[in-house]
Amino acid sequence: MPQPVIRASNLVKKYKDFAAVGGIDFEIAPGESFGFLGPNGAGKSTTMRMIGAVSTRTGGELEILGLDPDKYGPEVRSQLGVVPQQDNLDVDLRVRDNLIVYGRYFGLPTRTIAPRADELLGFAQLSDRAKARVEDLSGGMKRRLTIARALINDPKILLLDEPTTGLDPQARHILWDRLFRLKEQGTTLVLTTHYMDEAEQLCDRLVVVDKGSIMAEGSPADLIRRFSSREVLEVRFGGGRNEEVASQLGGIGDRHEVLPDRILVYSQDGEAELSRIHQLGLKPITSLVRRSSLEDVFLRLTGRSLIE
Amino acid sequence: MSAVHEGRSTPDVATAKARRWGSWYVAEHRLRSMRAYAQTILATSIGNPVVYLFALGVGLATLVPTGVGDATYLQFVAPALLATAAVTVATEEFTYPVLMGFKWNPIFFGMNAAPISGTQIANGLALSVLARILVTCVIYFLFMLAFGAVPSPIGWLAILAATLTGTAIGLAIMAYTCTVEEDKGQMAVIMRFIVTPLFLFSGTFFPLTQLPLYLQWIGWISPLWHGTELGRLLTYGYEEPIWLTVIHVVYPLALAVFGLVAAQRIITRRLDK
Repeated sequence: MPQPVIRASNLVKKYKDFAAVGGIDFEIAPGESFGFLGPNGAGKSTTMRMIGAVSTRTGGELEILGLDPDKYGPEVRSQLGVVPQQDNLDVDLRVRDNLIVYGRYFGLPTRTIAPRADELLGFAQLSDRAKARVEDLSGGMKRRLTIARALINDPKILLLDEPTTGLDPQARHILWDRLFRLKEQGTTLVLTTHYMDEAEQLCDRLVVVDKGSIMAEGSPADLIRRFSSREVLEVRFGGGRNEEVASQLGGIGDRHEVLPDRILVYSQDGEAELSRIHQLGLKPITSLVRRSSLEDVFLRLTGRSLIE
Repeated sequence: MSAVHEGRSTPDVATAKARRWGSWYVAEHRLRSMRAYAQTILATSIGNPVVYLFALGVGLATLVPTGVGDATYLQFVAPALLATAAVTVATEEFTYPVLMGFKWNPIFFGMNAAPISGTQIANGLALSVLARILVTCVIYFLFMLAFGAVPSPIGWLAILAATLTGTAIGLAIMAYTCTVEEDKGQMAVIMRFIVTPLFLFSGTFFPLTQLPLYLQWIGWISPLWHGTELGRLLTYGYEEPIWLTVIHVVYPLALAVFGLVAAQRIITRRLDK
């Protein structure tokens, strides 16, 4: 692995007695697209704020581009682009002016920022909205504008905290396309998400975090291989029967999981397992064979209880 | 650190510029934002002096034909109205816009994600409001001249006295606003229970000595009284001991510095979550 651009060792953030981040280790290589995947309250955003050099860590080591963010906050931040979870565009300013004033924070003269702002508005498909009021933009447009704003200083690392939360599928896909282009251009992307498809689409490597700790680390394919199976067979036997039927499935699949509405059978070959179930004389109401996904890994590692 | 930055001048330049000029960049941003409500700013800057100087300096003055001391009532009340205008602008700009910057239009977090510090955000806000107060006071003063309320040739210095008054109260208000997490009407309380009583009991319409002694303390601690007295001294030569004039300058100045330093610390702490 080349010299990492971000290196964390036993990184801790505590709020009084509560450890939001409880001693995590990770390294991110230049040009890599790295994800923090986890449920709400897992510590993803807290970690992102520490990487973003705006939140002082409680313990451990953290280096961004070779610098300690607690000591060299402005130096670190001058090389980052940040897309926060909550948009913080200035609604009192027009779309293009948001880019102009933000560029000034990096010491750029207006004559440099102006053409860059136009270029970024093009990149974010917002050229025709340059003079619009921010309030009049849709959620997806605001997100794209926030990404454009984060790129105004040509950052080495782009931090994206739940970049597509709350967006409709079309807006998400446009955003993914833009992020993919940045990745191709060599920008290091660090993102948090709880959308598995987003993580699979965008991340070269990710960590699954829960309750402030890293549960697993690897590429999406690697994690699926390690913590799930190639395929998943979903069978439904009707309310109340799933538990009873599951007791007869011993030896079928690598393992199975009983949910209130269905049974999941993890296997290398879902169709073969379904045949075996039929051979046992069991008749599922519905059945579905699908590829195992990151969601299966996620739910296995972080559990199925609701976290609020 | 130098090893890390070798051969990469841009981040170094950006950081150096942000460290040096960050406060100005914040002020620049806020002044651009003010353009969104520039018409309101202009209308109030012109409308207020016209209405107040007519109503009080011309209308109410007919009830006080002998004036106050050596001054006509218009000359007496005009510097107080000027200082009050500065305080009103400061209160407007250091309450909801500051709260908005943390909550409903959280631009301070955006600034802080760039190389801008909490201290620079406080300084930048202070600079931008200072500029707005100064413009308001200049316009107000021109109307005072037009109404014949400024006999002294050094009367224009009252613009600075009023600006200092507004800034002193405003920065203290900013420090408090920065601590507000939830809007439960605190801003209205500031207006009704702090700014309005200061306006009424700071020797604005009558000399402070007219008040019973147990109410005069409001004037003594009120920067508005100090600013008003200083304005009177400058616009029509109101006489007072020199030590009191020194206090009129030092007290609001000290309050402004205290408010700014407190705001810098509170903003820095609040951004570091």
